[in-house]
Amino acid sequence: MNPAPSSQSILPLADARAAIDAGGRFPAQPLLHLDALWIQIAGTLCNLECTHCFVSSGPGNRRHDLMTRADVADRVAEALPHGVREFYFTGGEPFLHPELLEILADTLESGPCTVLTNGTLFTAGRLAALRALTDRARYTLEIRVSLDGDREETHDAIRGPGSFARTLDGLRACAAYGLLPIVTVTRLDDAPGFADRLVERLREAGLARPRLKVIPLFRLGRETRRTHSYADAETLEDLPAEAFDPSRLQCSGCRAVTNRGVYVCPLLVDEPGGRMSDRLADALGPFTLRHGACFTCHVTGMTCANG
Amino acid sequence: MTRLAAFGGVYSNAPALRAVLDDVAGHGADLLWCLGDVGGFGPDPDRAIEILRASECPTLRGNYDDAVGNEREDCACGYTDPRDERFAQISYDYTVARTSRDHKTWLAWLPEQRRLEIAGRRVLLCHGSPRRTNEFLWESTSSDGFLEWLCERHEADVLVCTHTGLHWQRRLPSGRHVVNVGAIGRPANDGRTEVWYAALELDRDVRVEFRPVAYDFEALARDMEAERLPGEFVETIRTGWWTTCLENLPAKERRRGRW
Repeated sequence: MNPAPSSQSILPLADARAAIDAGGRFPAQPLLHLDALWIQIAGTLCNLECTHCFVSSGPGNRRHDLMTRADVADRVAEALPHGVREFYFTGGEPFLHPELLEILADTLESGPCTVLTNGTLFTAGRLAALRALTDRARYTLEIRVSLDGDREETHDAIRGPGSFARTLDGLRACAAYGLLPIVTVTRLDDAPGFADRLVERLREAGLARPRLKVIPLFRLGRETRRTHSYADAETLEDLPAEAFDPSRLQCSGCRAVTNRGVYVCPLLVDEPGGRMSDRLADALGPFTLRHGACFTCHVTGMTCANG
Repeated sequence: MTRLAAFGGVYSNAPALRAVLDDVAGHGADLLWCLGDVGGFGPDPDRAIEILRASECPTLRGNYDDAVGNEREDCACGYTDPRDERFAQISYDYTVARTSRDHKTWLAWLPEQRRLEIAGRRVLLCHGSPRRTNEFLWESTSSDGFLEWLCERHEADVLVCTHTGLHWQRRLPSGRHVVNVGAIGRPANDGRTEVWYAALELDRDVRVEFRPVAYDFEALARDMEAERLPGEFVETIRTGWWTTCLENLPAKERRRGRW
């Protein structure tokens, strides 16, 4: 049974607004509630080396290392007293983790789980095991598969030759096991009709009613070499207090953990200032929104979460 | 013992609303509440509002009521899937255009939440969640710990909500209760044409019963067709399976449906 929730250290909204004035030139973002705990279970280890990866993951990359099953259990136990709603598993590529299924089974006892994957490492055995897990669990298990747009050329230019086809194969396999994958698409351009084209492409590929999650590009990690990093103007410095709505940013409801500590959100695990502490209990205070990525979140209102 | 009946998500389904009010009267209830979202989806929105207002059933302001009442741009359901977004907009534009000025004012001034003290318990009635009108409290995405926190933070022993269209209830480890009353405007994606509401009995314990209510769904379907509402909406009424606005459904709930 879960321990009683704690009301510790969450800043009320009015205090958060005041913090802008008191704290200098960047908004101080409160954690309104720990809705989501992001668990970077695979660290930066990945079988692909996407040119837009915001944490620069790749084969053999152990900058953030795999988290052990015990590490994850500890982090989940830390989050439970704060009334955490759901858990997200990411990397790197979570399906490279040898204990992914066991960890999911453990965590589904406490709350809903989502796995973010590139969809190229599914096997029949794994998919059957995932389906069995979700049938047994009280909470939902969501599988999110990343795709970069509706065109093979675009996707493969970022993820490597043949990866678009492999990802579509993975999506079909996932759907065949009734896992209802959510297709997570990074929006690479502003061309109109983007979502319609994508849904049509997925239908052609055999996904009758695809579920879709569109996220913007972040100029972080390897993406800064593919295109560019944030411009000086892309900042929340001197943002007027009345233009700041803390609940619009996902960091009002999340923290991320890797084997190296606790971070404000899953996007800033490799960025200066993103690390908040060793323990979750010490990472529940306000976060200063200095980073260019904070500007993207503010402008788009995006969240890495499912909803 | 106090009997509290609650329903939500009327979605302009006047015949279902009449049937639910009759069912509640037949069973008897000390208190009856509508938790909001009176319009949307169905035909002729003024009809359901008139029945509701005439019944004097106290009503909360759902996100749809807030949007229609204040003539906002959309229903604030937050869809990104282009298909869901289109259907939601058709439904919303239709409802805003056909809701009378007087009813819009009534919708806009409905309370967002209500607190009751029943049998020594603090009962909190809301639409989506106590912290956000359009937050979805699905059964499979709401951990015990999160619901305990919501109840603690909002000082509730019994939390009663709607917004998802699917009914469920849970007794939390602390002994608190969360009840999502579902919707009476469209079926519960279970292949049945009946709609559902919740009947609570509160004394030393809390007992929750969900009641299915049959109504003349064929008459509603014909009215929807006459109003040229999307065939997909009509199919849901006739089959009991959701065909649209599926985007926000978690995998676990969605797997139970046909689509």
